[in-house]
Amino acid sequence: MSVDPSAPIQRYSDGERITHWTVAILFVLVALSGLSLFHPALFWLSNLFGGGPWTRILHPFLGVAAVAAFVVMMARFWGYNRIEERDRQWLRQWRDVVDNREDKLPAVGRYNAGQKVLFWVLVVCMLALLVTGILFWRPWFADSFPIFLVRLATLAHAAIATIVILAVIIHVDASIWTRGSIRAMMRGTVSTRWAMKHHRAWAQEKMKQG
Amino acid sequence: MSSLQSLDIKQRSATSSPSPSIRSTVEVAKLIDISKCIGCKACQVACGEWNDIRDVVGRNVGLYDNPPDLTASTWTVMRFTEHETETGKLEWLIRKDGCMHCEDPGCLKACPSPGAIVQYANGIVDFIEEHCIGCGSCITGCPFNIPRISKKDNKAYKCTLCSDRVSVGMEPACVKTCPTGAITFGSKQDMIEHATERLQDLKERGFQNAGLYDPKGVGGTHVMYVLQHADAPQIYHGLPRDPHISPLVNLWKGALKPIALLAMGAAVLTGFFHYVKVGPNDADADEGEDARSKKAGMELGQEER
Repeated sequence: MSVDPSAPIQRYSDGERITHWTVAILFVLVALSGLSLFHPALFWLSNLFGGGPWTRILHPFLGVAAVAAFVVMMARFWGYNRIEERDRQWLRQWRDVVDNREDKLPAVGRYNAGQKVLFWVLVVCMLALLVTGILFWRPWFADSFPIFLVRLATLAHAAIATIVILAVIIHVDASIWTRGSIRAMMRGTVSTRWAMKHHRAWAQEKMKQG
Repeated sequence: MSSLQSLDIKQRSATSSPSPSIRSTVEVAKLIDISKCIGCKACQVACGEWNDIRDVVGRNVGLYDNPPDLTASTWTVMRFTEHETETGKLEWLIRKDGCMHCEDPGCLKACPSPGAIVQYANGIVDFIEEHCIGCGSCITGCPFNIPRISKKDNKAYKCTLCSDRVSVGMEPACVKTCPTGAITFGSKQDMIEHATERLQDLKERGFQNAGLYDPKGVGGTHVMYVLQHADAPQIYHGLPRDPHISPLVNLWKGALKPIALLAMGAAVLTGFFHYVKVGPNDADADEGEDARSKKAGMELGQEER
C-alpha cells in the first residue's frame, strides 16, 4: 500500500495558529517600540506608536501582553520540546542542516533540535524580559528598587532582548528557507511529502494514528 | 521652548552627529562654599521664585531639610548633617544639593530621546522637557540621584543652572540671593582660583583637609563645592567620594548598542545569503520526479503494514 505524498496532514490546530500569530504580532510591536528606545538611529520607529511618550507608555504594556500570549503558547508546546539524544546528534550535524542535506540527519519528531532550542531560548528570555522590565518600569515600579538593580535590569533587558530578536530573525529566516512552513502555520496543514522530508518520525507517528 | 543657545551646544542626547558648535564659549561654574553657608534656604526660595514653581506644602519630618528631598518642583534643597569631629566638636554641615552639571553627564548619556538633554558649550546641562518622553533613563544614568519625574506630566526636571539667566549674562538666582556669599558664579577658571583662596584661608583656620570638590570621575563638574573635609565627602549627606557613570550604564549605552544592531543586521544578511547559496529547502519541489519521495511513500506503506 502506498500513501499519496500530496495528501495533507494536520500540523497545527486553529487554536495553535491563533496563539502563534498573536504572539508574533505582539512581539513585532514590542520589539519595534523597544528598539526605538534602545538605539538613537532607530528612534524614528517611535513615530509608529504615536511619538516618544506614547512609545514609552505602550512598550511595557505590549511587553506584558506578549509574555502573557507567549505563556499560553509555551503551555501548548511544552511537551513537544523535550531535548532528546537525536536532537544532540542533529545539532552536531548542523553543517548538513544548513547545506540542505536533510537525508543524512536522524529522523526528526514533531520539532527539530533547532526549533527546540528556539523554544527554550524564548522561554528563558521572555520571562527574564518580564522580570527585568518591571524593575525599571516608570512611573509604576522603578522607584521601589535600588538604583543598582535598576541599572542592572536596564542593561540585562537590552542584552536579553537582543538575544530574543536574533533568535526570532533566525526563526523567520528558517521558515522562509523551509518551504511549506509558513503555510503550515497559516493554514494548519502540510503535505505528507513535507512531513516525511522534514519531520519523518512525526509523520510516521501521524500515519499510524491514521 | 527649545534649547536657548542653539549655536552653543556641546552635546545632545541620542544624537551621534555633531551639534551646532562653531562658537566657543567660556566654561562657567557655580562654587558653593559650604564653610560659609548658614542654611537660610534663601537660595531654595529664589530658585522657586525665578523658575516660578511652587512645591506642595509638605510635612515636617523632624529634620531641617525641607522639603525632605528634591522633587520635580524643588530643584535645590539644603541637606543638613550634624557631624561630630574627632575632638568631640559639633559641626553643622549644610550642603546645597542639586544638579552638579557634570562635564560627562550620565543623564545625557542614558537619555534615548534626541535633544531632550543638551549640554551647552558653557557646560550647563539642561533638560528640554518638551522632548522628554518620561522614561526615567536620566535617573538611571545620574551618579548624583538628581533628576525627578513629575507625577503631573511625567517629564523629568532638575536645576537648569538658570540657563535662561546665564544666556543673557546674569548669574543664577540662587547666587544672586545668597546673603553670605557662599554661592558664587563665574568662569570655571575664576571659580577654581576663588576656591584656592578660600582653601588657603580654611587651612590656616585648622581645616587641614579642606579641598575643592570637582570630581574627575565625571570629567569635573560645573557646580563645585568647597568642603572643610574634602577627605570625607560622604559626611556631607552622602556626597559620593568618586562619582562616575556606572559601568552598567556605560555598557548599555556604549558597546551594547552597536554590537546589538550589527548582530541583528548580520543575522538578516546571513539568512539572505544562505538562501542565495543553498536555495529553498522545498519538499514539494520533489513532486513527480524525485525518487526519494516515492521511497518515502513506500516506507510509509511499510510502516502502515
